[in-house]
Amino acid sequence: MARFAPGDNVTVRRAFPPGHVRTPYYIRGKTGSIAHVLDSFANPEELAFGRNGLPKRPLYRVRFAQSRVWADYSGPAGDTIDVELYEHWLESEEIT
Amino acid sequence: MTMRSEDSVLDHYQAMELAVSALMIDKGYFTEADMVAEIDAMAKRTPDIGAAVVARAWTDPDFKARLLADGTAACESIDLDMGPTRLMVVESTETVHNVIVCTLCSCFPRMLMGIPPDWYKSKEYRSRVVREPRVVLKEFGTEPGADVDVRVHDNSADMRYLVLPRRPEGTDGMSQDELAKLVTRDAMIGVKIVEAP
Repeated sequence: MARFAPGDNVTVRRAFPPGHVRTPYYIRGKTGSIAHVLDSFANPEELAFGRNGLPKRPLYRVRFAQSRVWADYSGPAGDTIDVELYEHWLESEEIT
Repeated sequence: MTMRSEDSVLDHYQAMELAVSALMIDKGYFTEADMVAEIDAMAKRTPDIGAAVVARAWTDPDFKARLLADGTAACESIDLDMGPTRLMVVESTETVHNVIVCTLCSCFPRMLMGIPPDWYKSKEYRSRVVREPRVVLKEFGTEPGADVDVRVHDNSADMRYLVLPRRPEGTDGMSQDELAKLVTRDAMIGVKIVEAP
């Protein structure tokens, strides 16, 4: 079961484990909101080492305001970036 | 074994690719013929496939709704072979301009567009389009207004993304085939718009 629902605010874990990780560096530590709950997929961090990647992990499309990703972003406030992130990279966050 | 020019020096990853593919063939996971056939099949795919999907979405509201809800299922319903690709289609509108990138490597909706262009795989595009998308778009001749949200999609994990560009004005009487000819690879990546004929 997916832990998060569309609209939930989440922060990407600021972690730097070795290995094959599909979480881009630039988005670690950033806060956004769940845009879509995608399917569950075998964990690529395990698949990369010949293991089965099970249990499958829920995958989310998380939308970030560009102005919250880049301190010097110069475009309009409505510009966003969507990144696919696995549940184990996300933490709950209340934006006040 | 893939033939390489004898005067080229292999870098680390090229040498590793040769070693791994040789090992996989030795161990019987696939044959050399399988590998060649797969490369040939991928080389035959072109953006014409994606362009036909876009033109169909522009002219068939029911198909468009299904395409936006589940891109994979909608494409399979018109007999496209999607292989392992899980497709998400993002629609550009009067208020949203979408553009796709894979910052980690070169993920691309190959089943609909074939092999990505070299610039899509360049470090320059991959690093800059997430950080200054409007500057990069302008270099492609695309300038969304300040009232349009630019939405970058990083193909970072298991889904692949296709931009459904806006249908240009003045194309009301055109057939699906005529419309498909207007749709370019770059418009389905989102770095350009579809121009009226």
